[in-house]
Amino acid sequence: MSYYDFLFVIEVLVGGLLSGVMYSLVAIGFVLIYKTSGVLNFAQGSMVLFAALTFVSLVERGIPFVLSLLITFAAMVVLGFTIERTVLRPLVNRSPMTLFMATLGLSYIIEGAAQLVWGTQVHGLDLGIDDTPFEVGGILISSFDLLASGIAAAMVAGLSAFFYWTRIGLAFRAVADDQFAALAVGLRLPRIWGTVWTAAGFVALVAGLLWGARLGVQFSLSLIVLKALPVLVLGGFDSILGAIVGGLIIGASEKLAEVYLGPFVGGGIEGWFAYALALVVLLVRPSGLFGQKTVERV
Amino acid sequence: MTFFSHLRKAAIATAFVLGATAVHADEQYFPLQSYRVGPYAAGGTGFFGGFIDYLNLINIRDGGVNGVKLTWSEGETQYEVEKGVEVYERLKSNPGIAAWNPLSVGIAYAMIDRITDDKVPLITINHGRTDTTDGRVFPYVFPLLLNPYSETSGIVNYIASKEGGLDKLKGKKIVVLYHGSPYGKETIPIYELLSQKYGFELSQIEVPHPGNEQQAQWLTIRREHPDYVVLRGWGVMNPVALKTAQKTGFPADHIVGNVWSNSEEDVIPAGDAAKGYTAITTQASGEQYPVVQEIVKTVYGAGKGNLEDKSRIGSVYHNLGIVNGILNVEAVRIAQAKFGNRTLTGDEVRWGFEHLKLDPARVEALGAKDLFHSINVSWDNHEGDGYVTFQQWDGKKWNVVSDWIAPDWKLLRPIIEKSSEAYAKEKGIKIRTAEDADAVVSN
Repeated sequence: MSYYDFLFVIEVLVGGLLSGVMYSLVAIGFVLIYKTSGVLNFAQGSMVLFAALTFVSLVERGIPFVLSLLITFAAMVVLGFTIERTVLRPLVNRSPMTLFMATLGLSYIIEGAAQLVWGTQVHGLDLGIDDTPFEVGGILISSFDLLASGIAAAMVAGLSAFFYWTRIGLAFRAVADDQFAALAVGLRLPRIWGTVWTAAGFVALVAGLLWGARLGVQFSLSLIVLKALPVLVLGGFDSILGAIVGGLIIGASEKLAEVYLGPFVGGGIEGWFAYALALVVLLVRPSGLFGQKTVERV
Repeated sequence: MTFFSHLRKAAIATAFVLGATAVHADEQYFPLQSYRVGPYAAGGTGFFGGFIDYLNLINIRDGGVNGVKLTWSEGETQYEVEKGVEVYERLKSNPGIAAWNPLSVGIAYAMIDRITDDKVPLITINHGRTDTTDGRVFPYVFPLLLNPYSETSGIVNYIASKEGGLDKLKGKKIVVLYHGSPYGKETIPIYELLSQKYGFELSQIEVPHPGNEQQAQWLTIRREHPDYVVLRGWGVMNPVALKTAQKTGFPADHIVGNVWSNSEEDVIPAGDAAKGYTAITTQASGEQYPVVQEIVKTVYGAGKGNLEDKSRIGSVYHNLGIVNGILNVEAVRIAQAKFGNRTLTGDEVRWGFEHLKLDPARVEALGAKDLFHSINVSWDNHEGDGYVTFQQWDGKKWNVVSDWIAPDWKLLRPIIEKSSEAYAKEKGIKIRTAEDADAVVSN
């Protein structure tokens, strides 16, 4: 292998890792809700679309950036509590499959509502982050992706601190461990779930802004859940650390596979390669690399 | 677009559907399998908006085509094949259907056998199955203006013109970045053929659907150091390609987009990364053309314009819809000249399409000079030898940067015939003759 080839491998690897962080951003939203309520929220992608579309539509109407951000966050809070009140609460104690189907339906409703309110036009989103690549030792690195990684890292650190060092975080963990025990000691589950959906809404907002700046704000934003699902399977549905590590592994491996295996099988393999990898992990570790093993009395 | 404006539009659409079920004499009906929500809504609203705007212009300004009122109704497909077929089943029983215009390769493929049985034309302007160009085998399918092979030839001819001639292509390296779908793969063999003919080095790289992640593909492109990249994308794949090209240091002015990578929706999300990007088109964008001006004055002036956002008037998809409207209406007009000024059968309109000859003088008379070049459809050539031009994005708008360019039809025709004849053999289809084409079902 020549020095140039070696550099190329590193470049593909770094690019893949940075892409993986972007997948993790979406996956974290899933983890938050799954961790505390056991619901696989298929509507997370639609929430990303809703957040980004709301934000960009407000900015385009002349509302200042920061105010648009605050209004959008407020909208996500309202959305989170509305979902808890109108969907989750009536379905409490239903099977996980019922809840999953409910979020699937919710996904279509949010997508439709976002387009109904803000229209179907494609929008550009400029966050003022320069995306000109810079070179380190012959390797091109995207400044945008690097900043996105920094934001994701800060968000993970913030969420971890929130979970471990705040009262409400402690309540989240208690609910995640045992909902009935949490209820028995006086925790108000509806309020906690509403707050969790709000937190997931905040994650959706951050992911929506970063992915929106990458893809443009358009319907396809809701399809980024397809990138997050193998990350969750691999990292575990209830682990924030798993979402990060899973994202890095999926991002790096799918890019390396596309470049080095793709040409032997006609190319275009990264779409399914991530799922194949997740399937292998599922066979070996059904709860993912960092997921909590479920033990049930039978 | 507000909630209430959507409600108003839905109410109007419903009224049209209800009205369309009772088509009277002297009305010609267009069933529209449109997509105004979903991933491709931006393209759908622009195209169907332009098409409806033109039909409205004919009704308001001329009172219809020779007194025959044009009617239509819409069914939402979200660009999904099963919904497209469902809409077809729902609308096909309406009387006086002129032609179907789904603007979707998948839906068009699913309809070929059905519309052939119905004897109603299926228009796939600028897209569709290449061998449907051969009217001997596909009597009711019309890939008007540009089929995928002609598009490929037009792009290669344009790159050659930038390099100083076709002979200068020898030794150049071209990468084709294509969407991982039947649409994206349609041109693989023709690029290979042209590569062998002109001696350029070719690499074709697939981007899996939907194309929101292309790091690996563009790093591969960077390693190959091509002279040009042809972008054969769709939807979100296009802005992501332009952004990732910037990230990997590939210049936008050496990327040439195909006909479904040429809209404002493809470049605006890419921001500055799209500056200098060039794409092929069959119709220019802009509001300056007389027919577009008339639509603004007559249709939007009467409050009947279809686009909610008036800044989209004259955009690529809107103008494509207008051109599509012109071609449909002129086919009806030509058929009326033979069969009478009345509601025509689908087969009579098919005859009209097969005699759709609009030379530059007629195009100018229709107010579309420089909007599109010309068309010359015949019973066996359903594409009609459309010319192409190239436009470059300056960060705010498209600017035309080439003359009208003719694809190499002579080179392509034998390949198309080989494919269509194989299809005919497989399906047991009798190859039509000119006499067959003149036999028309009038009731």
